[in-house]
Amino acid sequence: MKHVARQVIFYAALIGIWALLAKLKIWPPYIFPTPWGVVDALLAGFKDHSFWIAIGVSMKRMMLGYGISVALGMVLGLGVGSNKFLEETVGGLLVSLQSLPSICWLPLAVLWFGLTEKAILFVVVMGSLLSVTIAMEDGRKHMPKIYGMAGRNLGARGFALFWHVLLPASLPYIISGLKQGWAFAWRSLISGEMIFVSLGLGQLLMMGRDLNDMSQVIAVMILIIAIGYIVDGLVFKSVERQLRNKWGLAPAT
Amino acid sequence: MTLNAHNTASEPVFSGEHRSTVRASAARWKNGAAPSVLPLPQPVSDVPKVSLHGISLSYETTNGNRLLAIDNIDLKVRAGEFLCIVGPSGCGKSTLLHLIAGLDKPTSGHVLVDDKVVEGTGTDRILIFQELGLFPWLKVGENVEFGMKMKGLSKTEREEKIRYYLRLVHLSQFKDSYTHQLSGGMRQRVALARALATEPDVLLMDEPFAALDAQTRDLLHDELERIWAETGRTIVFVTHNVREAVRLGDRVVLFTFRPGRVKREFQVDLPRPRQLEEVDVARAAREILEHLREEINKSLEVEYGVWP
Repeated sequence: MKHVARQVIFYAALIGIWALLAKLKIWPPYIFPTPWGVVDALLAGFKDHSFWIAIGVSMKRMMLGYGISVALGMVLGLGVGSNKFLEETVGGLLVSLQSLPSICWLPLAVLWFGLTEKAILFVVVMGSLLSVTIAMEDGRKHMPKIYGMAGRNLGARGFALFWHVLLPASLPYIISGLKQGWAFAWRSLISGEMIFVSLGLGQLLMMGRDLNDMSQVIAVMILIIAIGYIVDGLVFKSVERQLRNKWGLAPAT
Repeated sequence: MTLNAHNTASEPVFSGEHRSTVRASAARWKNGAAPSVLPLPQPVSDVPKVSLHGISLSYETTNGNRLLAIDNIDLKVRAGEFLCIVGPSGCGKSTLLHLIAGLDKPTSGHVLVDDKVVEGTGTDRILIFQELGLFPWLKVGENVEFGMKMKGLSKTEREEKIRYYLRLVHLSQFKDSYTHQLSGGMRQRVALARALATEPDVLLMDEPFAALDAQTRDLLHDELERIWAETGRTIVFVTHNVREAVRLGDRVVLFTFRPGRVKREFQVDLPRPRQLEEVDVARAAREILEHLREEINKSLEVEYGVWP
């Protein structure tokens, strides 16, 4: 309870100062909007469905792009994790590529795919593929060997061994990587959407700028934070908690 | 005399006076001592179930030397036999189980099961690992189900067998628990049920009771003996505990310290069910232990550089 109270006081104070500064009218409202202006923009955006459409479009891209990343990253990571040669060659390349901000892939993507959906997807995949791959490779290496042996011993081989044993066994070791991959994909998507007309949340943000509508800019930013927080805080946290309970890693409560 | 030591080179020599009591299956259990639920054990046949022919295994150590772990082992395990392998740590006895299970390949020689050369793993031979390797992401019932699922058994068949084998190891109420919620002895029994559920001909057990407290271990000895009698499986049981080997085994094979060779074989002709603290078991164990001690000394010399 105390924790919640502190949070409430903090945010109330933050908004209070914001409202006060806006009230003083030091800056014009298109540079410094009022809190109620942002709330109005949020409500209006949901009312005329433009926010819903943007969220829908962005989330669809996320699902697709992130899904491709996870599937591809697992195969790639497993390969790199179980083969010494691949580890030394491809593994090194992956680590060095990770220092490249994913938005740097956009010019290349636009040249390859044009100003299309594919270009954005490409950026999203490149943004998260590396962290998923590296997480999977890591998980493969840190996963106790006994599970693979026990699986083979009980007659699992090939894809069944991967699907029923290696994948679930490495899940606690790759879940943080999957989470990081999601965060990277989310950032890449928004940056990608900002750069060309594409209907998503990123474009909505740029539209606010074009219309000198600071309230909308802030409203969309809040939206982006909220979605990121919901997926990270609710989806991944609960998956993590479930994993911990199943594996007995959490203290009994 | 209830115990016969013989060199591996020669044919097994059974003691005349007790041979009949052991192999005549009906008399194998002490009169009246066996619980009424105990069925008559199947007589051990003379047909070899598992035969090892000239098995050697060497591997490269981290500093680049080649280490010979197992040296030219010839061993036959009869169908339905309970064979115990004892030896000092580092004698390659666990490695041998991995070879029979098909998890590793011998450097030379081959493993035959029913006269067929073993290539890779197979559900006719299931190994129970020392560290068990239960799947923590699966419930107890799902762990038991795993091997059957891989074998492609139907859902109803699997359900039925899960129930049967969990009852066999007295864990029926724990079907929906996760393995971390169980005690060490219970986990051990889950591993046993999981292995038995695939209905292997050969059960390979790698020091399964080493980490358990004495009471739990005694209990599991009884249960394992009962299950062995009920199911008629061939069991190869590795342990460093000689008394345990005598308690459980029809035959005890003693391994030398690195490289692992068969030093001696001992036929244990004591009536069943046995108890760990029986005088006969202790006497037999002492005889084996004398031979084992030489090997333990060798291992101490190598690993600690001292004579004790």
